[in-house]
Amino acid sequence: MLDTNYLVEIPGGIELEAQVVGPIPRFLAFSIDFAIRFIVLVIGAIVSIPLGKLGFAFWFIAWLLIEWFYPVLFEVFKRGQTPGKIVLGISVVHDDLTPVTFGTSLIRNLLRTVDFLPFLYLFGLVTMISNSRFQRLGDLAAGTLVISVRESAKPAAIDNITPLACATSLLKNEQSAIVDFLHRSQHLSPPRQEELARILDGITHDKNKTRVDQLQRIGAWYLGVR
Amino acid sequence: MKQQLFEQRHRKNWELVEQSLEKPDSAKKSILFVEHYMLLCQHLALSKQRMYDTALIERLNKLVLRLYRELYRYRSGSRLNFYGFLVRDFPLAIYRHRHFIGLALLVFLVPALLAGTWVYFDENAVYSVLNSTDVRAVEQMYDPAARKLGRESEADTDVFMFGLYIQNNISVAFRCFAGGLLAGIGTLFVLIFNGLIMGSIAGHLTRLDFVDTFYPFVVGHGSFELTAIVFSGAAGLKLGYSILNPGQFSRLDALRLAGRNAIPMLYGIVFMLVIAAFIEAFWSSNTSLAINVKYSVGAICWLLVLFYSFSGKRFESQ
Repeated sequence: MLDTNYLVEIPGGIELEAQVVGPIPRFLAFSIDFAIRFIVLVIGAIVSIPLGKLGFAFWFIAWLLIEWFYPVLFEVFKRGQTPGKIVLGISVVHDDLTPVTFGTSLIRNLLRTVDFLPFLYLFGLVTMISNSRFQRLGDLAAGTLVISVRESAKPAAIDNITPLACATSLLKNEQSAIVDFLHRSQHLSPPRQEELARILDGITHDKNKTRVDQLQRIGAWYLGVR
Repeated sequence: MKQQLFEQRHRKNWELVEQSLEKPDSAKKSILFVEHYMLLCQHLALSKQRMYDTALIERLNKLVLRLYRELYRYRSGSRLNFYGFLVRDFPLAIYRHRHFIGLALLVFLVPALLAGTWVYFDENAVYSVLNSTDVRAVEQMYDPAARKLGRESEADTDVFMFGLYIQNNISVAFRCFAGGLLAGIGTLFVLIFNGLIMGSIAGHLTRLDFVDTFYPFVVGHGSFELTAIVFSGAAGLKLGYSILNPGQFSRLDALRLAGRNAIPMLYGIVFMLVIAAFIEAFWSSNTSLAINVKYSVGAICWLLVLFYSFSGKRFESQ
Protein backbone atom coordinates (compact mmCIF):
# COMPACT_ATOMS: atom_id res chain seq x y z
CA MET A 1 0.00 0.00 0.00
CA LEU A 2 1.16 3.49 -0.80
CA ASP A 3 1.09 5.46 2.44
CA THR A 4 3.40 7.26 4.83
CA ASN A 5 3.06 4.83 7.75
CA TYR A 6 6.36 3.51 8.99
CA LEU A 7 6.26 0.65 11.47
CA VAL A 8 9.17 -0.48 13.59
CA GLU A 9 9.34 -2.96 16.44
CA ILE A 10 10.95 -1.37 19.49
CA PRO A 11 12.46 -3.00 22.59
CA GLY A 12 9.28 -2.15 24.50
CA GLY A 13 7.79 -5.15 22.75
CA ILE A 14 5.42 -3.22 20.53
CA GLU A 15 5.26 -1.90 17.02
CA LEU A 16 5.67 1.84 17.04
CA GLU A 17 4.23 3.82 14.18
CA ALA A 18 5.52 7.04 12.66
CA GLN A 19 4.65 9.13 9.63
CA VAL A 20 7.51 9.71 7.20
CA VAL A 21 7.64 13.14 5.64
CA GLY A 22 7.83 13.85 1.92
CA PRO A 23 9.77 16.35 -0.19
CA ILE A 24 7.53 19.44 0.20
CA PRO A 25 7.74 19.98 4.00
CA ARG A 26 11.40 19.06 3.89
CA PHE A 27 12.03 21.60 1.16
CA LEU A 28 10.20 24.25 3.18
CA ALA A 29 12.22 23.41 6.29
CA PHE A 30 15.41 23.61 4.24
CA SER A 31 14.38 27.00 2.84
CA ILE A 32 13.84 28.38 6.34
CA ASP A 33 17.23 27.05 7.45
CA PHE A 34 18.84 28.46 4.33
CA ALA A 35 17.35 31.89 5.03
CA ILE A 36 18.57 31.76 8.64
CA ARG A 37 22.07 30.76 7.58
CA PHE A 38 22.15 33.43 4.90
CA ILE A 39 21.04 36.15 7.31
CA VAL A 40 23.53 35.06 9.97
CA LEU A 41 26.38 35.14 7.45
CA VAL A 42 25.35 38.56 6.12
CA ILE A 43 25.14 39.97 9.65
CA GLY A 44 28.48 38.28 10.40
CA ALA A 45 30.00 39.97 7.36
CA ILE A 46 28.65 43.38 8.35
CA VAL A 47 30.01 43.01 11.87
CA SER A 48 33.37 41.42 11.07
CA ILE A 49 34.56 43.11 7.87
CA PRO A 50 35.26 46.48 9.57
CA LEU A 51 37.59 44.53 11.90
CA GLY A 52 39.94 43.96 8.98
CA LYS A 53 41.74 40.69 8.35
CA LEU A 54 41.02 39.33 11.79
CA GLY A 55 37.33 39.85 11.09
CA PHE A 56 37.65 38.04 7.74
CA ALA A 57 39.25 35.10 9.53
CA PHE A 58 36.35 34.82 11.95
CA TRP A 59 33.94 35.14 9.06
CA PHE A 60 35.62 32.31 7.14
CA ILE A 61 35.51 30.05 10.18
CA ALA A 62 31.87 30.99 10.80
CA TRP A 63 31.14 30.19 7.15
CA LEU A 64 32.80 26.79 7.51
CA LEU A 65 30.86 25.98 10.67
CA ILE A 66 27.55 27.18 9.26
CA GLU A 67 27.98 25.51 5.90
CA TRP A 68 28.90 22.06 7.19
CA PHE A 69 27.95 21.85 10.86
CA TYR A 70 24.78 23.94 11.28
CA PRO A 71 22.44 20.99 10.53
CA VAL A 72 24.64 18.51 12.39
CA LEU A 73 24.77 20.45 15.64
CA PHE A 74 21.06 21.19 15.66
CA GLU A 75 20.10 17.63 14.76
CA VAL A 76 22.26 16.16 17.50
CA PHE A 77 21.48 18.58 20.31
CA LYS A 78 17.91 19.58 19.45
CA ARG A 79 16.51 16.08 19.02
CA GLY A 80 16.78 15.87 15.26
CA GLN A 81 15.41 19.30 14.58
CA THR A 82 16.98 22.31 12.90
CA PRO A 83 14.99 25.56 13.35
CA GLY A 84 13.30 24.98 9.98
CA LYS A 85 12.31 21.47 11.02
CA ILE A 86 10.92 22.76 14.32
CA VAL A 87 8.67 25.15 12.40
CA LEU A 88 7.45 22.35 10.13
CA GLY A 89 7.09 19.86 12.99
CA ILE A 90 9.45 17.28 11.46
CA SER A 91 12.49 15.53 12.85
CA VAL A 92 15.41 13.38 11.72
CA VAL A 93 15.64 9.92 13.31
CA HIS A 94 17.48 6.65 12.74
CA ASP A 95 15.46 4.02 10.95
CA ASP A 96 14.69 2.45 14.36
CA LEU A 97 13.19 5.85 15.35
CA THR A 98 15.94 6.65 17.87
CA PRO A 99 17.37 10.19 17.69
CA VAL A 100 20.36 10.72 15.40
CA THR A 101 23.89 10.65 16.77
CA PHE A 102 26.79 12.86 15.77
CA GLY A 103 28.21 10.33 13.31
CA THR A 104 25.03 9.57 11.41
CA SER A 105 24.04 13.23 11.27
CA LEU A 106 27.48 14.10 9.92
CA ILE A 107 27.19 11.46 7.17
CA ARG A 108 23.72 12.50 6.05
CA ASN A 109 24.67 16.18 5.97
CA LEU A 110 28.02 15.75 4.21
CA LEU A 111 26.39 13.67 1.51
CA ARG A 112 23.95 16.54 0.97
CA THR A 113 26.58 17.71 -1.53
CA VAL A 114 25.69 14.78 -3.77
CA ASP A 115 21.95 15.16 -3.25
CA PHE A 116 22.32 18.71 -4.52
CA LEU A 117 23.77 17.54 -7.84
CA PRO A 118 23.39 18.18 -10.75
CA PHE A 119 21.46 21.24 -9.60
CA LEU A 120 18.85 22.18 -6.98
CA TYR A 121 18.70 18.81 -5.19
CA LEU A 122 17.64 16.88 -8.29
CA PHE A 123 19.40 13.64 -7.25
CA GLY A 124 17.98 14.02 -3.76
CA LEU A 125 14.47 14.52 -5.06
CA VAL A 126 14.63 11.60 -7.48
CA THR A 127 15.98 9.29 -4.76
CA MET A 128 13.42 10.56 -2.28
CA ILE A 129 10.40 9.81 -4.45
CA SER A 130 11.71 6.45 -5.60
CA ASN A 131 11.68 4.79 -2.18
CA SER A 132 8.82 4.34 0.23
CA ARG A 133 10.49 6.12 3.15
CA PHE A 134 11.30 9.38 1.32
CA GLN A 135 15.03 8.98 1.99
CA ARG A 136 17.49 11.04 0.01
CA LEU A 137 20.94 9.63 -0.79
CA GLY A 138 22.43 10.96 2.43
CA ASP A 139 19.61 9.35 4.42
CA LEU A 140 20.17 6.00 2.68
CA ALA A 141 23.87 5.98 3.53
CA ALA A 142 23.35 7.15 7.12
CA GLY A 143 20.28 4.98 7.77
CA THR A 144 18.11 7.92 8.77
CA LEU A 145 14.66 9.18 7.87
CA VAL A 146 12.53 12.23 8.53
CA ILE A 147 9.29 11.79 10.46
CA SER A 148 6.47 14.03 11.59
CA VAL A 149 6.46 14.91 15.29
CA ARG A 150 3.57 17.34 15.10
CA GLU A 151 0.90 16.95 17.79
CA SER A 152 -2.38 15.64 16.43
CA ALA A 153 -5.60 17.38 17.41
CA LYS A 154 -7.34 15.78 20.36
CA PRO A 155 -10.81 14.35 19.61
CA ALA A 156 -13.67 16.48 20.83
CA ALA A 157 -15.65 15.43 23.89
CA ILE A 158 -18.72 13.24 23.34
CA ASP A 159 -20.62 13.94 26.54
CA ASN A 160 -23.92 15.00 25.03
CA ILE A 161 -24.62 11.79 23.11
CA THR A 162 -26.99 9.19 24.58
CA PRO A 163 -25.65 5.74 23.75
CA LEU A 164 -27.69 3.27 21.77
CA ALA A 165 -27.18 -0.49 21.63
CA CYS A 166 -26.90 -1.81 18.11
CA ALA A 167 -29.61 -4.24 17.01
CA THR A 168 -27.16 -6.29 14.96
CA SER A 169 -24.07 -7.84 16.50
CA LEU A 170 -20.90 -6.55 14.82
CA LEU A 171 -17.32 -7.76 14.56
CA LYS A 172 -14.69 -5.96 16.60
CA ASN A 173 -13.15 -4.15 13.63
CA GLU A 174 -16.59 -3.05 12.45
CA GLN A 175 -17.28 -1.68 15.91
CA SER A 176 -14.08 0.32 15.92
CA ALA A 177 -14.89 1.67 12.43
CA ILE A 178 -18.12 3.10 13.87
CA VAL A 179 -16.25 4.61 16.83
CA ASP A 180 -13.84 6.15 14.35
CA PHE A 181 -16.81 7.62 12.53
CA LEU A 182 -18.01 9.14 15.78
CA HIS A 183 -14.67 10.89 16.29
CA ARG A 184 -14.09 11.84 12.69
CA SER A 185 -17.59 13.13 11.97
CA GLN A 186 -16.83 16.31 13.91
CA HIS A 187 -14.32 17.22 11.19
CA LEU A 188 -16.60 16.33 8.27
CA SER A 189 -19.25 18.43 6.56
CA PRO A 190 -22.87 17.40 7.22
CA PRO A 191 -23.49 16.19 3.64
CA ARG A 192 -20.39 13.99 3.84
CA GLN A 193 -21.51 12.63 7.23
CA GLU A 194 -24.86 11.83 5.66
CA GLU A 195 -23.21 10.17 2.69
CA LEU A 196 -21.02 7.94 4.87
CA ALA A 197 -23.84 7.09 7.24
CA ARG A 198 -26.05 6.01 4.32
CA ILE A 199 -23.72 3.11 3.60
CA LEU A 200 -24.71 1.63 6.96
CA ASP A 201 -28.45 1.92 6.53
CA GLY A 202 -28.58 -1.86 6.89
CA ILE A 203 -27.36 -1.51 10.47
CA THR A 204 -29.10 1.63 11.63
CA HIS A 205 -32.44 0.63 9.99
CA ASP A 206 -33.18 4.33 9.87
CA LYS A 207 -35.16 5.71 6.99
CA ASN A 208 -35.43 9.16 8.53
CA LYS A 209 -32.87 11.93 8.43
CA THR A 210 -31.36 10.94 11.79
CA ARG A 211 -29.06 8.21 10.50
CA VAL A 212 -25.94 10.22 11.39
CA ASP A 213 -27.21 10.68 14.94
CA GLN A 214 -28.04 7.01 15.19
CA LEU A 215 -24.59 5.97 14.08
CA GLN A 216 -22.91 8.35 16.51
CA ARG A 217 -25.03 6.98 19.34
CA ILE A 218 -24.06 3.42 18.44
CA GLY A 219 -20.43 4.54 18.36
CA ALA A 220 -20.81 5.98 21.85
CA TRP A 221 -22.23 2.65 23.04
CA TYR A 222 -19.24 0.76 21.71
CA LEU A 223 -16.95 3.31 23.31
CA GLY A 224 -18.47 2.32 26.63
CA VAL A 225 -20.69 5.30 27.37
CA ARG A 226 -23.70 4.17 29.43
CA MET B 1 -12.91 -3.62 28.97
CA LYS B 2 -14.70 -0.82 27.18
CA GLN B 3 -12.56 1.96 25.86
CA GLN B 4 -14.05 4.68 27.99
CA LEU B 5 -13.40 2.81 31.22
CA PHE B 6 -9.85 2.11 30.07
CA GLU B 7 -9.33 5.79 29.34
CA GLN B 8 -10.82 6.86 32.65
CA ARG B 9 -8.55 4.52 34.52
CA HIS B 10 -5.30 5.61 32.90
CA ARG B 11 -5.95 9.18 31.82
CA LYS B 12 -4.19 10.62 34.91
CA ASN B 13 -1.03 8.73 34.04
CA TRP B 14 -0.99 9.85 30.42
CA GLU B 15 -1.57 13.46 31.31
CA LEU B 16 1.23 13.28 33.87
CA VAL B 17 3.64 12.04 31.19
CA GLU B 18 2.44 14.63 28.69
CA GLN B 19 3.01 17.38 31.22
CA SER B 20 6.44 16.19 32.24
CA LEU B 21 7.50 15.93 28.59
CA GLU B 22 6.68 19.61 28.17
CA LYS B 23 9.03 20.60 30.99
CA PRO B 24 12.52 21.87 30.20
CA ASP B 25 15.30 19.28 30.20
CA SER B 26 16.67 20.12 33.63
CA ALA B 27 13.35 19.47 35.36
CA LYS B 28 12.74 16.08 33.72
CA LYS B 29 12.99 12.95 35.80
CA SER B 30 14.25 10.14 33.61
CA ILE B 31 13.48 7.45 36.18
CA LEU B 32 9.85 8.44 35.92
CA PHE B 33 10.16 8.11 32.16
CA VAL B 34 11.44 4.55 32.24
CA GLU B 35 8.56 3.35 34.40
CA HIS B 36 5.99 5.16 32.32
CA TYR B 37 7.57 4.00 29.10
CA MET B 38 7.00 0.34 29.99
CA LEU B 39 3.48 1.08 31.21
CA LEU B 40 2.57 3.03 28.11
CA CYS B 41 3.97 0.36 25.81
CA GLN B 42 1.63 -2.03 27.55
CA HIS B 43 -1.32 0.34 27.20
CA LEU B 44 -0.61 0.81 23.51
CA ALA B 45 -0.37 -2.93 22.93
CA LEU B 46 -3.65 -3.48 24.81
CA SER B 47 -5.53 -0.81 22.91
CA LYS B 48 -4.32 -2.20 19.62
CA GLN B 49 -5.30 -5.73 20.55
CA ARG B 50 -8.71 -4.61 21.82
CA MET B 51 -9.18 -2.48 18.72
CA TYR B 52 -9.91 0.73 20.53
CA ASP B 53 -10.51 3.60 18.19
CA THR B 54 -7.84 5.21 16.04
CA ALA B 55 -7.72 8.50 17.94
CA LEU B 56 -6.73 6.78 21.19
CA ILE B 57 -4.18 4.50 19.55
CA GLU B 58 -2.69 7.48 17.76
CA ARG B 59 -2.45 9.45 20.99
CA LEU B 60 -0.75 6.59 22.84
CA ASN B 61 1.53 5.94 19.89
CA LYS B 62 2.62 9.60 19.83
CA LEU B 63 3.23 9.48 23.57
CA VAL B 64 5.32 6.30 23.42
CA LEU B 65 7.26 7.71 20.47
CA ARG B 66 8.09 10.86 22.42
CA LEU B 67 9.15 8.87 25.48
CA TYR B 68 11.20 6.55 23.28
CA ARG B 69 12.99 9.48 21.64
CA GLU B 70 13.57 10.99 25.08
CA LEU B 71 15.04 7.77 26.47
CA TYR B 72 17.35 7.09 23.53
CA ARG B 73 18.44 10.65 22.98
CA TYR B 74 22.04 11.75 22.62
CA ARG B 75 23.72 12.14 25.98
CA SER B 76 26.40 14.74 25.81
CA GLY B 77 29.71 13.54 27.16
CA SER B 78 28.99 9.84 27.10
CA ARG B 79 30.54 9.21 23.69
CA LEU B 80 33.26 11.80 23.88
CA ASN B 81 36.50 9.92 24.37
CA PHE B 82 39.05 11.96 22.53
CA TYR B 83 42.07 10.07 23.77
CA GLY B 84 40.60 6.71 22.82
CA PHE B 85 39.72 8.07 19.42
CA LEU B 86 43.19 9.43 18.77
CA VAL B 87 45.07 6.36 19.98
CA ARG B 88 42.80 3.57 18.80
CA ASP B 89 39.74 4.43 16.69
CA PHE B 90 41.30 6.63 14.06
CA PRO B 91 44.41 4.48 13.42
CA LEU B 92 42.16 1.42 13.24
CA ALA B 93 39.91 3.13 10.71
CA ILE B 94 43.01 4.05 8.69
CA TYR B 95 44.16 0.42 8.81
CA ARG B 96 40.76 -0.81 7.64
CA HIS B 97 40.82 1.62 4.73
CA ARG B 98 44.40 0.70 3.76
CA HIS B 99 43.58 -0.68 0.29
CA PHE B 100 41.53 2.35 -0.57
CA ILE B 101 44.22 4.64 0.81
CA GLY B 102 46.69 2.99 -1.54
CA LEU B 103 44.31 3.47 -4.44
CA ALA B 104 43.53 7.09 -3.54
CA LEU B 105 47.25 7.79 -3.21
CA LEU B 106 47.85 6.42 -6.72
CA VAL B 107 44.94 8.36 -8.19
CA PHE B 108 46.27 11.54 -6.60
CA LEU B 109 49.99 11.02 -7.12
CA VAL B 110 50.13 9.73 -10.71
CA PRO B 111 48.36 12.77 -12.27
CA ALA B 112 50.41 15.04 -10.00
CA LEU B 113 53.73 13.51 -11.10
CA LEU B 114 52.73 13.41 -14.78
CA ALA B 115 51.53 17.02 -14.75
CA GLY B 116 54.59 18.09 -12.76
CA THR B 117 57.04 16.45 -15.19
CA TRP B 118 55.23 17.78 -18.22
CA VAL B 119 55.08 21.34 -16.87
CA TYR B 120 58.73 21.13 -15.81
CA PHE B 121 59.93 20.32 -19.32
CA ASP B 122 57.41 22.31 -21.39
CA GLU B 123 57.14 25.94 -20.40
CA ASN B 124 53.74 26.46 -22.02
CA ALA B 125 52.16 23.39 -20.49
CA VAL B 126 51.24 25.12 -17.25
CA TYR B 127 48.72 27.23 -19.13
CA SER B 128 46.84 24.09 -20.17
CA VAL B 129 46.05 23.40 -16.52
CA LEU B 130 45.84 26.84 -14.88
CA ASN B 131 44.77 30.17 -16.31
CA SER B 132 47.33 32.93 -16.66
CA THR B 133 46.03 34.99 -13.71
CA ASP B 134 46.49 32.04 -11.36
CA VAL B 135 49.95 31.32 -12.77
CA ARG B 136 50.99 34.92 -12.18
CA ALA B 137 49.56 34.90 -8.65
CA VAL B 138 51.47 31.73 -7.81
CA GLU B 139 54.68 33.10 -9.34
CA GLN B 140 54.39 36.28 -7.31
CA MET B 141 53.69 34.40 -4.11
CA TYR B 142 56.90 32.36 -4.27
CA ASP B 143 59.19 34.77 -6.12
CA PRO B 144 62.46 34.88 -4.12
CA ALA B 145 62.93 38.48 -5.30
CA ALA B 146 59.81 39.49 -3.43
CA ARG B 147 61.30 38.01 -0.25
CA LYS B 148 58.06 37.86 1.67
CA LEU B 149 56.16 34.85 0.35
CA GLY B 150 53.55 37.00 -1.27
CA ARG B 151 52.28 38.73 1.79
CA GLU B 152 53.44 40.61 4.84
CA SER B 153 53.69 38.31 7.80
CA GLU B 154 51.62 39.99 10.47
CA ALA B 155 49.69 38.30 13.22
CA ASP B 156 46.24 39.19 11.87
CA THR B 157 47.25 38.11 8.35
CA ASP B 158 48.19 34.72 9.78
CA VAL B 159 44.80 34.37 11.43
CA PHE B 160 43.12 35.43 8.22
CA MET B 161 45.02 32.81 6.25
CA PHE B 162 44.17 30.22 8.88
CA GLY B 163 40.46 30.94 8.38
CA LEU B 164 40.83 30.78 4.62
CA TYR B 165 42.83 27.53 4.61
CA ILE B 166 40.60 25.70 7.05
CA GLN B 167 37.44 26.71 5.20
CA ASN B 168 38.85 25.72 1.82
CA ASN B 169 40.54 22.48 2.84
CA ILE B 170 37.68 21.05 4.84
CA SER B 171 35.26 21.83 2.04
CA VAL B 172 37.52 20.06 -0.47
CA ALA B 173 37.92 17.04 1.82
CA PHE B 174 34.19 16.76 2.51
CA ARG B 175 33.31 17.08 -1.18
CA CYS B 176 35.93 14.50 -2.01
CA PHE B 177 34.29 12.08 0.43
CA ALA B 178 30.73 12.86 -0.69
CA GLY B 179 31.66 12.33 -4.34
CA GLY B 180 32.13 8.65 -3.49
CA LEU B 181 28.37 8.25 -3.45
CA LEU B 182 28.39 8.67 -7.23
CA ALA B 183 29.94 5.20 -7.52
CA GLY B 184 33.30 6.74 -6.65
CA ILE B 185 33.42 8.97 -9.73
CA GLY B 186 33.12 12.24 -7.81
CA THR B 187 36.00 11.24 -5.54
CA LEU B 188 38.19 10.23 -8.48
CA PHE B 189 37.45 13.57 -10.12
CA VAL B 190 38.36 15.61 -7.03
CA LEU B 191 41.58 13.60 -6.48
CA ILE B 192 42.74 13.79 -10.10
CA PHE B 193 41.82 17.46 -10.39
CA ASN B 194 43.71 18.43 -7.25
CA GLY B 195 46.63 16.20 -8.23
CA LEU B 196 46.90 17.92 -11.63
CA ILE B 197 46.79 21.42 -10.15
CA MET B 198 49.26 20.79 -7.34
CA GLY B 199 51.57 18.86 -9.68
CA SER B 200 51.62 21.66 -12.24
CA ILE B 201 52.24 24.34 -9.65
CA ALA B 202 55.14 22.36 -8.20
CA GLY B 203 56.53 21.64 -11.69
CA HIS B 204 56.21 25.24 -12.80
CA LEU B 205 57.85 26.70 -9.72
CA THR B 206 60.66 24.14 -9.91
CA ARG B 207 61.25 25.09 -13.54
CA LEU B 208 61.46 28.76 -12.52
CA ASP B 209 63.93 27.69 -9.79
CA PHE B 210 61.80 29.02 -6.93
CA VAL B 211 62.77 25.85 -5.08
CA ASP B 212 64.03 27.56 -1.94
CA THR B 213 60.80 29.46 -1.36
CA PHE B 214 58.22 26.90 -2.45
CA TYR B 215 59.30 23.61 -0.92
CA PRO B 216 60.20 24.89 2.56
CA PHE B 217 56.78 26.55 2.62
CA VAL B 218 54.75 23.45 1.73
CA VAL B 219 56.77 20.69 3.38
CA GLY B 220 55.47 21.25 6.91
CA HIS B 221 51.72 21.44 6.53
CA GLY B 222 51.75 19.25 3.41
CA SER B 223 52.25 16.22 5.64
CA PHE B 224 48.89 16.65 7.37
CA GLU B 225 47.05 18.30 4.51
CA LEU B 226 47.89 15.94 1.64
CA THR B 227 47.48 12.88 3.83
CA ALA B 228 44.07 14.09 4.98
CA ILE B 229 42.95 14.65 1.38
CA VAL B 230 44.12 11.13 0.47
CA PHE B 231 42.24 9.76 3.52
CA SER B 232 39.05 11.51 2.50
CA GLY B 233 39.55 10.13 -1.00
CA ALA B 234 39.93 6.65 0.48
CA ALA B 235 36.72 6.99 2.49
CA GLY B 236 34.90 8.23 -0.61
CA LEU B 237 36.26 5.41 -2.78
CA LYS B 238 35.18 2.85 -0.18
CA LEU B 239 31.69 4.35 -0.26
CA GLY B 240 31.62 4.04 -4.04
CA TYR B 241 33.06 0.52 -3.98
CA SER B 242 30.38 -0.61 -1.52
CA ILE B 243 27.75 0.36 -4.11
CA LEU B 244 29.58 -1.26 -7.03
CA ASN B 245 30.54 -4.46 -5.22
CA PRO B 246 28.40 -4.97 -2.11
CA GLY B 247 29.54 -8.58 -1.59
CA GLN B 248 27.26 -10.55 0.69
CA PHE B 249 25.22 -7.50 1.71
CA SER B 250 22.45 -5.75 -0.12
CA ARG B 251 23.68 -2.61 -1.84
CA LEU B 252 21.87 -0.47 0.72
CA ASP B 253 23.35 -2.31 3.72
CA ALA B 254 26.82 -2.22 2.19
CA LEU B 255 26.52 1.53 1.67
CA ARG B 256 25.31 2.03 5.22
CA LEU B 257 28.19 -0.06 6.58
CA ALA B 258 30.74 1.91 4.55
CA GLY B 259 29.16 5.13 5.82
CA ARG B 260 29.40 3.97 9.42
CA ASN B 261 33.05 2.93 8.95
CA ALA B 262 33.83 6.32 7.45
CA ILE B 263 32.72 8.27 10.54
CA PRO B 264 36.04 7.99 12.48
CA MET B 265 37.89 8.81 9.26
CA LEU B 266 35.87 12.02 8.90
CA TYR B 267 36.55 13.11 12.48
CA GLY B 268 40.23 12.38 11.96
CA ILE B 269 40.36 14.25 8.66
CA VAL B 270 38.87 17.38 10.26
CA PHE B 271 41.40 17.09 13.09
CA MET B 272 44.33 16.74 10.68
CA LEU B 273 43.18 19.65 8.54
CA VAL B 274 42.91 21.90 11.58
CA ILE B 275 46.51 21.02 12.46
CA ALA B 276 47.56 21.58 8.84
CA ALA B 277 45.91 25.01 8.72
CA PHE B 278 47.64 25.97 11.98
CA ILE B 279 51.04 24.96 10.63
CA GLU B 280 50.39 26.64 7.29
CA ALA B 281 49.24 29.93 8.76
CA PHE B 282 51.57 30.30 11.73
CA TRP B 283 54.67 28.26 10.84
CA SER B 284 55.04 27.79 7.08
CA SER B 285 54.46 31.47 6.36
CA ASN B 286 57.21 32.54 8.72
CA THR B 287 60.03 33.71 6.43
CA SER B 288 62.53 34.54 9.17
CA LEU B 289 63.38 30.88 9.79
CA ALA B 290 66.25 29.14 8.08
CA ILE B 291 65.42 26.74 5.26
CA ASN B 292 67.11 23.86 7.04
CA VAL B 293 64.93 24.33 10.11
CA LYS B 294 61.83 24.21 7.92
CA TYR B 295 62.99 21.06 6.15
CA SER B 296 63.81 19.38 9.47
CA VAL B 297 60.46 20.23 11.00
CA GLY B 298 58.77 19.14 7.77
CA ALA B 299 60.58 15.81 7.93
CA ILE B 300 59.50 15.33 11.54
CA CYS B 301 55.88 16.08 10.59
CA TRP B 302 55.98 13.56 7.75
CA LEU B 303 57.53 10.88 9.96
CA LEU B 304 54.91 11.56 12.62
CA VAL B 305 52.04 11.27 10.14
CA LEU B 306 53.47 8.13 8.53
CA PHE B 307 54.20 6.44 11.85
CA TYR B 308 50.72 7.33 13.10
CA SER B 309 49.06 6.09 9.91
CA PHE B 310 50.67 2.67 10.30
CA SER B 311 49.88 2.32 14.01
CA GLY B 312 46.39 0.87 13.70
CA LYS B 313 47.08 -2.75 12.81
CA ARG B 314 47.54 -4.00 16.36
CA PHE B 315 43.95 -3.08 17.26
CA GLU B 316 42.40 -5.11 14.46
CA SER B 317 42.24 -8.48 16.21
CA GLN B 318 40.62 -7.10 19.37
